[in-house]
Amino acid sequence: MSDVTATSVMTGNEAAAAAARLARVQVIAAYPITPQSPVVEQLSAWVESGELDAEFVAVESEHSALTVCIGASTVGARTFTATSANGLAYMTEQVWWAAGARLPIVMCIANRAMAAPWNVLNDQQDSMSVRDAGWIQLYCRDNQEILDTTLQAWRIAERLQLPVMVCYDGFLLSHTVMPVTVPAAVEVDAFLPPRAAPLTVVDPDDPRNIGPVVLADTRADAEGILRPGYMEIRASHHAGLLEALDVIPEVDAEYGAAIGRSWGGLTWEHMLDDAELVLVAAGSLATQLTVAAETLRSEGIKAGVLGVRAYRPFPVAALRAKLAGRKGALVFDKALSYGYEGPICTDLRAAMCGEPDAPLVWGAMCGLGGREVSPDQLADAARRALADGHAGVRDRPTDWINLHPEL
Amino acid sequence: MTAPARPRIAISRPAAGEAGRTGDWRAKRPVLDPAKCLTAKRGDVTCQICWALCPDACITRGAPPRVDLEYCKGCGICAQECPAGAIEMEPEQAHGVCAVDDDGAAR
Repeated sequence: MSDVTATSVMTGNEAAAAAARLARVQVIAAYPITPQSPVVEQLSAWVESGELDAEFVAVESEHSALTVCIGASTVGARTFTATSANGLAYMTEQVWWAAGARLPIVMCIANRAMAAPWNVLNDQQDSMSVRDAGWIQLYCRDNQEILDTTLQAWRIAERLQLPVMVCYDGFLLSHTVMPVTVPAAVEVDAFLPPRAAPLTVVDPDDPRNIGPVVLADTRADAEGILRPGYMEIRASHHAGLLEALDVIPEVDAEYGAAIGRSWGGLTWEHMLDDAELVLVAAGSLATQLTVAAETLRSEGIKAGVLGVRAYRPFPVAALRAKLAGRKGALVFDKALSYGYEGPICTDLRAAMCGEPDAPLVWGAMCGLGGREVSPDQLADAARRALADGHAGVRDRPTDWINLHPEL
Repeated sequence: MTAPARPRIAISRPAAGEAGRTGDWRAKRPVLDPAKCLTAKRGDVTCQICWALCPDACITRGAPPRVDLEYCKGCGICAQECPAGAIEMEPEQAHGVCAVDDDGAAR
């Protein structure tokens, strides 16, 4: 951490760790899993050397890692953890508890394929599988965005009292080096002051049950005050996620004013203005799509890219506005709802359904378990979708890219 | 930065009944006959098996033991385990809590 802004070459994991340090995180609890491990190894080293004044709690499982964060966040600490794939699956119960308790925990997910079969390489099945747990989910395209988004995540989380997952592609970003500008500590301190008064004060002289049973009905508490039932609490939680549709762009703009970089808020675009064919993805795949779009442009196909930065909450209004009047949108998913299709594709179809000027929406599946996907293959998929569109194909199935079905 | 308003979460002061007054789950209630209860007859705390075995800690030690009907779910373990057969499980409607038609429907 430096008094001055400095640019150095670092991995995505190092960028995430640098953000946590700049955020002056107070409690870190984590369990190692590839490809996330270097994030917390770096933080652990800084705590050990005294460069980071935080409590590092080494735990025996991811379930315990998030449990420690829940306890620390409940009493007001700024907390951080990171995980991947089966580690995230193992902590899933606590993922829901953290959300339901409205705790502003930030967790980095170095996206990795779910077993079985065992695989350590990238896709986005892990975080997509917990998209409904009530966390905000932000997806990053490069290492600079990882650092900047992780810092923004605490600001968003602490404003809304909601936990945030910062998702970035394992190995493609987590272990790949690129130049990253690390802002000066004084600038970050101004953007991200210490966490305000905690959500719930734990006072032995005036104790509380936190997260007690709440059944179907509203009911009066011990003081006779009518309290919400389960459904009121859930509706309020949902309203918080929807409020994030405003807060995420606001914080991105605040970050831009304070640090000098912004990332588009909810979505991000490349050559979209006059695009007739829009390529849609989350994460580093969106960066790859810019190359594919430029190839298509060289052939006279008006292609552009729309990156999904915020996946939960899902930016329906922003996506509708960006896609209105286009001829086609091809969604590339690195995750699959088995028995249906890619999750971003499904959500985008639903968002566009019934819009008078909606484009055709097609789905493509790529990169599962780290399967290579090149810009040329992405461009080929776009050409196939366009050809089917012109031929009037209806109910077009998901296009699996670089698949060898004969094997 | 001012503290954000507390969102709607599950939180309460620790107090009896905060996890629900489970007595209204009960279909049958334990009724103790002091004439049979060993403890009641001796006037001391000799037996207390019902107190020891109640899974919801709804029975208070004493002579005779007392059942807290606000929380007793009516499981019947106390009646099953009482060595003197002093506890009978009686239908709630016999105590006017809930009248039941011939077909079993509450009214």
